[in-house]
This record gives sequence, structure tokens and C-alpha cells, in this order.
Amino acid sequence: MAANLTLLTTNLTTIFASQIVSLENVLGELTLVVRDIDLLEVLARLRDDPDLRFEQLIDLCGVDYCTYGGEICEGGAYLKSDIASDAYPSRFAVVYHLLSLTHNIRLRVRVFAEDDDLPVLSSVVSIWPCANWYEREAFDLYGIVFTDHPDLRRLLTDYGFVGNPFRKDFPLSGHVEMRYDPEQQRVIYQPVSIEPRELVPRIIREEHYGGLK
Amino acid sequence: MAEIKNYTMNFGPQHPSAHGVLRLVLELDGEVIERADPHIGLLHRGTEKLAEHKTYLQSLPYMDRLDYVSMMCNEHAYVMAIEKLLALEVPMRAQYIRVMFDEITRVMNHLLWLGAHALDIGAMTVFLYAFREREDLMDVYEAVSGARLHAAYYRPGGVYRDLPDSMPLYQASKIHNAKAIKKMNENREGSLLDFMEDFTNRFPICVDEYETLLTDNRIWKQRTVGIGVVTPERALALGFSGPMLRGSGIAWDLRKKQPYEVYNRIDFDIPVGVEGDCYDRYLVRVEEMRQSNRIIKQCISWLRQNPGPVIVNNFKVAPPKRESMKQNMEELIHHFKLFTEGMHIPSGEAYAAVEHPKGEFGIYIISDGANKPYRLKIRAPGFAHIAALDEMARGHMIADVVAIIGTQDIVFGEVDR
Repeated sequence: MAANLTLLTTNLTTIFASQIVSLENVLGELTLVVRDIDLLEVLARLRDDPDLRFEQLIDLCGVDYCTYGGEICEGGAYLKSDIASDAYPSRFAVVYHLLSLTHNIRLRVRVFAEDDDLPVLSSVVSIWPCANWYEREAFDLYGIVFTDHPDLRRLLTDYGFVGNPFRKDFPLSGHVEMRYDPEQQRVIYQPVSIEPRELVPRIIREEHYGGLK
Repeated sequence: MAEIKNYTMNFGPQHPSAHGVLRLVLELDGEVIERADPHIGLLHRGTEKLAEHKTYLQSLPYMDRLDYVSMMCNEHAYVMAIEKLLALEVPMRAQYIRVMFDEITRVMNHLLWLGAHALDIGAMTVFLYAFREREDLMDVYEAVSGARLHAAYYRPGGVYRDLPDSMPLYQASKIHNAKAIKKMNENREGSLLDFMEDFTNRFPICVDEYETLLTDNRIWKQRTVGIGVVTPERALALGFSGPMLRGSGIAWDLRKKQPYEVYNRIDFDIPVGVEGDCYDRYLVRVEEMRQSNRIIKQCISWLRQNPGPVIVNNFKVAPPKRESMKQNMEELIHHFKLFTEGMHIPSGEAYAAVEHPKGEFGIYIISDGANKPYRLKIRAPGFAHIAALDEMARGHMIADVVAIIGTQDIVFGEVDR
């Protein structure tokens, strides 16, 4: 595997050259970061180039980097004013996990959406049809919009759900709860009655804390 | 001629052959499906979001509840991702135990799948047969972890405890007299490994029984042959994995191609289908049960000869022994810190995948160095499979949709997460 990774690194650098923002080999996994304008071109090449041949899109997921490395958290929801992490250039990213059956190798591709308020990326459904539902999921949970997606609807949340639940500023308890109202004789929505609470605080220790690697 | 118009039909969410809570909106031309639109998410619990607010150990039991018919395999991917980030070396015995329980889980999963799939298409008996054997495996789960389903047995760095020396025995009751109990307890007198060995000797004959009921059964063939055909090219493009991919003729199995734990020391074969239809996927899964049986046998013989530790000796990750914890201040502190604050995982990201009974099950963890994951993504094989339901069902009859859902081996715990 290690030899394969070195070979893949060389191949990627020669093929994509200027399109690579970064290419890292950490823990035996290769992560390629590209710009959103190059996304479609790079991914199509990754699938079709005989030296790469990533036939399968194993996974596609959204990530919200806005509180990366931060500790403050109240009741499971990160406060707006605490969104201050500058560890990453943009707030939203999409991570693609690719698998090449021909070369038996994996690659992770990360692309950041430039606009934090309205994250927009190109859809890769034309390259891998299975991206369809993965992109719907990322749209549902993170509000990332995929242009040219054939059917961008919500997937996992309830019909008529408001908000993007996996964003870091969305509280764990949600905003509304549902109950049966005997007077109106139907199920109604009302603001949550749960008090925000945190059982185990989120703590980041210094490196090599307690002798751990 | 009468005017015929298309109509839309709702299938589920409370349909017995929807395997849980699947709502399918079917657009029909007569009885032929023009479009199938699965509405999922009725079982969405936000496991990934919950995990962001829990320590690594607290999230582990949630993994059981993803695919609730193959519990330990889910845990396996999760602990493997953590071990990768921590660069932990898992003791050999723990690796063999994990492999054995992965295969036990695979057999359990396939037994449930076989029974439910056959029941959906109209064969009652197989369900009863399959559950008879599944019960024995559940007992093994219970003996080792205390729970029949949601085991929470794997831990980062190994497994929770070593295999027990005894199996729980049946007690005499109103229904069974002492003589009957003695007979029922016959194979439970020894250790867990003895019981499993007895099981592996019995099991191939049981699989023969299922095959007698189904493989050459005329009705079974009419319902499955040529239904839901997926070409190898489409299977790849649609992100299929596991038996769904192998049924289409692609010999891809992570246990062979990217071996984890001790799969590279174990001898087994990968069954592959030819046509890519429901019948081939059935044959693939049945053969997988036989292969799993082989793997379990090899694990048993290794585990008998090689005692040893089953979890790493690193108190930042695994708790100290109970005895020493009660005598030693240092160990007490470690224990306290581990179960209150939890373990810290160095910042970075890792993706670990296992060959789950349903396909490739992966866990992607992004850690920023805290005691909780920053982002946890679960790659569920069933998600990609159900997404392809539309394509597989088009042009088939309503009754075939049931066969296709069955062949995909859908469990909503993992699809909805």
C-alpha cells in the first residue's frame, strides 16, 4: 500500500500540477485539496485517467469547519459569536472518498465552498451517479447547494423541516418539538422545552497530553 | 379501448416487506413501475450529530444501533477508525476474536436476510429454519457481552473482555422437564469456543437445508431469476459494495483486497455471481455463510491455542484492571479520567472501512484533538443501494419491488442513521 501511495502521489502531481492546492499523506491516507472551480475537471480526470481510475465514489459528506479547534459550546449549540475558528479558509467543505478497484487504492478529495453564507459547489452526479443521494444529504444537513443536480430535495429530515441540522450553530435539541394537542385534536409543533445541557464538556488538551502519542 | 392513465401509489412506511420504515412513492403504468421514489429518513436519529456531543466511548453503543442486524461489524469500523488515529496496535488475540465475531455477525445478518427475503416472496419455512440457528448465535453474543443484540463489545484497542469459559444453561421450566433440559444443554456444557465449534460442525448441514428449500425451488426461481439485474459497470457507478457488487460479477472484498485485522492469515474464498440478478445475489450470500463458517473454524482453533491479552495495556485508551484500580491511586485516576473526560484523539482525519455483511461500511472521523469527534461520518452500504432502487425497479412489477428491496438487504438503522 505504501508504495502504491507514493506512486499515486507522483501521478497526481504530474497530472494535476497547478490544480493541486495541497496533497498530504497522513496515516497512510492521501488527501487532495482542490479549488471549487477545478472540481469537475479534476474528479472526471480522476475517474478516467488510466493511471488513476477511481471508478467508485465511496462517500461524499459535508463538513462545517466553523468551530474547528474551539472548546466553547453551550447546550450542544455553538454560539454565533464563538464562531471564530480560522483553521480553515472557508466554513463549509465537501469531502469525497474515492476508491479505485483497478489499483486497489483510496483517495480523499476535499473542496471548500468559497461563500460561507451560501455555499455552492458543482454537482458530481454526471461523473458518479451515486453522488445523487449523497449530495441531497449534504444539502439537507449542511445547506450546501450543488449546481446542476437533477433533483436537489431534502432527504433525511422531516417534510417541512426548517434549518440545516448538522451545522455547528444548530442546537442538538433542535428548535421545535412535536406533540399531540387534545384541544385542536392534531399534532402540533412548538418551541423546544428542553433546557440546553452538556454532560461532558468538550476539552482539547495540549499535544502529547499524559504521554499519549 | 378504455383510457389508461398512470397513477401514483404509496408503498409503506408501514409495510411488512419494506424492512422497516421505507416510504416508496411508485409511479405506475398499470402494474409496471415507471419511477420509484424512496422517501427515507423516517428513522433518522442524527447519530453523527449526537456523536459530536459525546466522548468516543459514549458513542460506541450508538454504532450497534445503526445496522441493528449486524451490530459488531458497525462497532468494528468505528474502533478501527479510532485506532488508526491513535496508531494503536491491537493484541493478536483481540484481532482473532474480532474476526470471529465479525463472521458470526455476518452469518446472523445473512440468516435474517435469508429468512425475511424468503418470507417476502412467499416462502414461510425458511424464516423458521434461519431463526433456529440465529438463536444459537444470539446466545453467543449474550455469553460474551451480556446483550443479545446491542453488544457494545469492541473497544478501541481490543475487546471488552476475553471469551467466557462457560455458556449460560437452560433451566427446567413448566414447558421443559429435566430430561429435555439435559438434551438442550448438551452442547452448552463446555466453553464458548466448544459451543461455537459444535455450531460450525452443525451449520453446513443447516445451510444445505435452506438450499433444499430454495435453490431449485421453482417459485423461488420465478421470483428472483432475471429480477433487478445490475451490470458490473452500473454496479460500480452506483457505488455498490459487498454482495451487491459481487452478485454482478466483480470479485471485490475488502477482507481480501485490503485486509484488516488477521484476514490475511485466514483461508477463505469469495463467491461471485454471473448475471447480477436477485438469484445470483442469493447464491452469493448463501455461499458467504459457508465461507464465514470456515473462517470461524480457523479462528476457534487459533484462539484455543493462544491465550493472551485482549485489549491494549494503555490506560489512556483502555481502563485498568478492576482489582488494581481499587488498590492503586494511579490506576484509580486513570479510570476516573477515562470515564469522565474520555480519551483524547490527536487532531487529524481517518477513514476506516470493514467488509460489513451488506457491503463496505466506513467511518470517517475528523478530530481536532478534543475528547469528542469534530465530525463523524458513517458510510452505510445500504444508503447507496437504496438510492439505486429507482433504477433497479424500473420496468418491473410491484411484486418485484419487494424482491428487490429484499435482495438489497436494506436495514433502515444504517440508511437513515
